[in-house]
Amino acid sequence: MDTITTAPTLNYLNSAHGLASWLLTRDHKRIALLYLVSVTAFFAIGGFFAMMIRLELVTPAADFVQPDTYNKLFTMHGVIMVFFFLIPSIPAVLGNFMLPIMVGAKDLAFPRINLLSWYIYVLGGLFTLTAAVTGGVDTGWTFYAPYSTASSNSHVIMAGVGVFITGFSSILTGLNFIVTVHRMRAPGLTWFRLPLFVWSHYATSLIMILGTPVIAITVLLVAVERGLHLGIFDPALGGDPILFQHLFWFYSHPAVYIMILPAMGVTSEIVQAFARKNIFGYAFVAFSSLAIAIIGFLVWGHHLFVSGQSTYAGLIFSILSFLVAIPSAVKVFNWTATIYKGAVSWDSPMLYAFGFVGLFTIGGLTGLFLASMGLDVHVHDTYFIIAHFHYVMVGGAIMGYLGGLHYWWPKITGRMYPEGWAKFAALTVFVGFNLTFFPQFIVGYLGMPRRYAMYAPEFQVYNVMSSAGASILAVGYVIPLIYFIWSLKYAPLAGKDPWGAKGLEWEIPSPPPTENFAVTPIVTERTHQYAPSREVGIA
Amino acid sequence: MPDGHAHAAPLDAHGHPHEPAHPKLQHHFDDMGQRAEASTLGMWVFLVTEILFFGGLFMCYLVYRWKSPSGFQEASFELNRVWGATNTAVLIISSLTMALAVRAAQTSAKRGTQVFFLGLTMFFGLVFLGIKAIEYTDKFVHHHVPGPHFHWDGQYPKPAEQFYSLYFAMTGLHAVHMIVGVGIMAVITWMAWRETFDEDYYTPVEVAGLYWHFVDIVWIFLFPLLYLIGGHFKG
Amino acid sequence: MTEHHIAPRGMYYVVFLALIIGTGLTVAAAEVDLGALNNVLMLAIACAKALLVILFFMHLRWGTRLTWVVVGSGFFWLLIMFSLTMSDYMSRGWVEGTLR
Ligand code: HEM
Ligand SMILES: [Cu+2]
Repeated sequence: MDTITTAPTLNYLNSAHGLASWLLTRDHKRIALLYLVSVTAFFAIGGFFAMMIRLELVTPAADFVQPDTYNKLFTMHGVIMVFFFLIPSIPAVLGNFMLPIMVGAKDLAFPRINLLSWYIYVLGGLFTLTAAVTGGVDTGWTFYAPYSTASSNSHVIMAGVGVFITGFSSILTGLNFIVTVHRMRAPGLTWFRLPLFVWSHYATSLIMILGTPVIAITVLLVAVERGLHLGIFDPALGGDPILFQHLFWFYSHPAVYIMILPAMGVTSEIVQAFARKNIFGYAFVAFSSLAIAIIGFLVWGHHLFVSGQSTYAGLIFSILSFLVAIPSAVKVFNWTATIYKGAVSWDSPMLYAFGFVGLFTIGGLTGLFLASMGLDVHVHDTYFIIAHFHYVMVGGAIMGYLGGLHYWWPKITGRMYPEGWAKFAALTVFVGFNLTFFPQFIVGYLGMPRRYAMYAPEFQVYNVMSSAGASILAVGYVIPLIYFIWSLKYAPLAGKDPWGAKGLEWEIPSPPPTENFAVTPIVTERTHQYAPSREVGIA
Repeated sequence: MPDGHAHAAPLDAHGHPHEPAHPKLQHHFDDMGQRAEASTLGMWVFLVTEILFFGGLFMCYLVYRWKSPSGFQEASFELNRVWGATNTAVLIISSLTMALAVRAAQTSAKRGTQVFFLGLTMFFGLVFLGIKAIEYTDKFVHHHVPGPHFHWDGQYPKPAEQFYSLYFAMTGLHAVHMIVGVGIMAVITWMAWRETFDEDYYTPVEVAGLYWHFVDIVWIFLFPLLYLIGGHFKG
Repeated sequence: MTEHHIAPRGMYYVVFLALIIGTGLTVAAAEVDLGALNNVLMLAIACAKALLVILFFMHLRWGTRLTWVVVGSGFFWLLIMFSLTMSDYMSRGWVEGTLR
């Protein structure tokens, strides 16, 4: 990296000052930072609940908290992590910042709606937090009826309304991305020259648009049913609780791809930049994003195998679930092929990308176990499920998010970060993560059910391992927080392209000027075209 | 093009004269065409989310009607088909005036014409809501509102209560959309009064129109599914 | 800027008339007992009316291909939801001796 000493010129950070210039901004880059701060806050809150859960599970008895409290802890953990951290994290922070730049635009198509979506997100968050501090919710993040509509006496309506409201923030983000990709691309930037990050965000946006409204109406109906005694899902009122599950998972299975697809996009960028190679099979990787988005809508019934769904429907959903693994596997193969014989450098973003590929593969493969109906009857609602989805959501999505943050931090802030610490943190996260969640596969397979404050004593050793791992994981997350904040003031300036990577975002100053581009760029080729250097092939 | 919009062509950075930027062009768009296309596409995409938003309710309707067809027929028979049909006609008329309002803007019609059609649209929207209010009151009076006070004399009290749960959820959500629509129309009418729209710039009217027509379409399905399935019910 | 189509005023009146006639037809058809055909007829007319509104009032007829795809995907996804969910309800009890 060259050392740059010149002071940064006018950019999006120093072009205006004061709180109002942030709260009323329409600049996608500033809005991305608003999201960064709020998403981080929610991650901390969700993480706090996680630590409470792990503390309780150190011993088999319910001694640290009462079962009632425990139910609220895992519910708040799930609601906050899913709806307020994972779903907005990469799209609303990194996507918001990078997508307009990557398509060569000055901003998203609807800057004001972009700001609005942040306010909606915050409002929804406030509702949910109010529910949390005034007594909590204990239904589980899935809000299953009739427990949520009739039995539970916790703050279901408040939390449900929070989720409902936040849904619209995600819808508006998706809408903005879709219109931007269609209408704001720079001259020469054809679809097949788009960075893969943009493809994956386009696919994500499709899910946001097509799925989110269904969860919105569903939780709204739960709230209305609770509040006004309309009989929609409650069997006592003639309703059908399995219908709730259909509607819920019609969104929520695709929603897991809202979390993972953007991380896949980040990984595609990082792998190309740090292996110094153009992606192997661009079209396959691009189209597999769309395939995941579309097929992802056809598999939701695999969450209902033991709920009373008909056997034949289960069969269909089981087969369709196997299909969705194909495009996921295509990506893994293509990343691997890209790295093969590349000039690989082991910078921290690449460490996260490696972590992503490995952990996502484990998560995805265990998904296939679960998609087999017979096996799922055994492991449904055990810690095996918990391990499965944490491998994809924490091992996959959060690894991708952290990798992306490290990769683009120099662009976002104009400063580097201490690479030594970053490598150490990446390693800590990897070790802590596996120690936390791998034992859960075993203990789940042995039969430990999820969502209980107590468990059989013979499971204790796995749970102690898991809780120990969770503390290591927490340290791994706190270290970047510290050095990122530190870097804002003390780290060396980054210059416009510290990684020597290719892409429109690396051609403009760091931090970028408010208008991104002084002159609208004209694109003539795909990004990440690295000149074949002598190292390639022998590395 | 009205005179007010003509400017001398300024020179761009390279000293070439270029088309004057339209006064309503936001900085991040290249030209008004791109802006108009982005807005209409945005509205269409939004309407897709609305399709699926209402879709969840239609899904519930489908399942419960499939489970108790006779109960739904019996319950539907109690709805007032005259009010329902009248409201359908009212909404269709309002869609017509909406379409004509868009056309008026597209053809740079006088502001009086634009305001006239927009005002009519709003008026019919309010008529619809008024009729809905009459119907709702009637349901309250006859204890056909689900909940502890629900009362049903027919053979199928449970499915009937479910039917009315869905009736209120679906028409209620639709009515909320109508109220929002009337609000939007009020803003658009005010803009038209200020002579905002002409053949070069009419995207807001067009986009508001798309929304209005969509809400009409929802009703086109709600009317037969709620009001007409008991038409030949023989008890 | 793409040319936006300006339809003749007469077209709107014709479409309006068709919509009103369609409404009348549904109301009339509902009075006659046609069995399952009632539903088919009712929905067919409703779909035709919706199509008229979308094509002419909402100008989809002159819209870009992208707009067609957007609208189509909305209805297509609705169909996915309906059909896969109903595939569960309609195949309940096919395994003898169980409710599943
Ligand atoms: C390769 C594709 C995948 C397949 C075939 C798959 C399959 C499954 C199945 C069958 C279940 C239900 C298990 C049960 O409840 O008994 C499940 C649960 C779950 N999966 Fe996956 N999965 C896949 C990928 C993912 C991804 C990428 C994510 C997240 C980013 C994810 C997140 C979840 C979550 C959150 C649950 C549990 C939901 C709950 O009950 O709380 N899955 N998965
Ligand atoms: Cu799933």
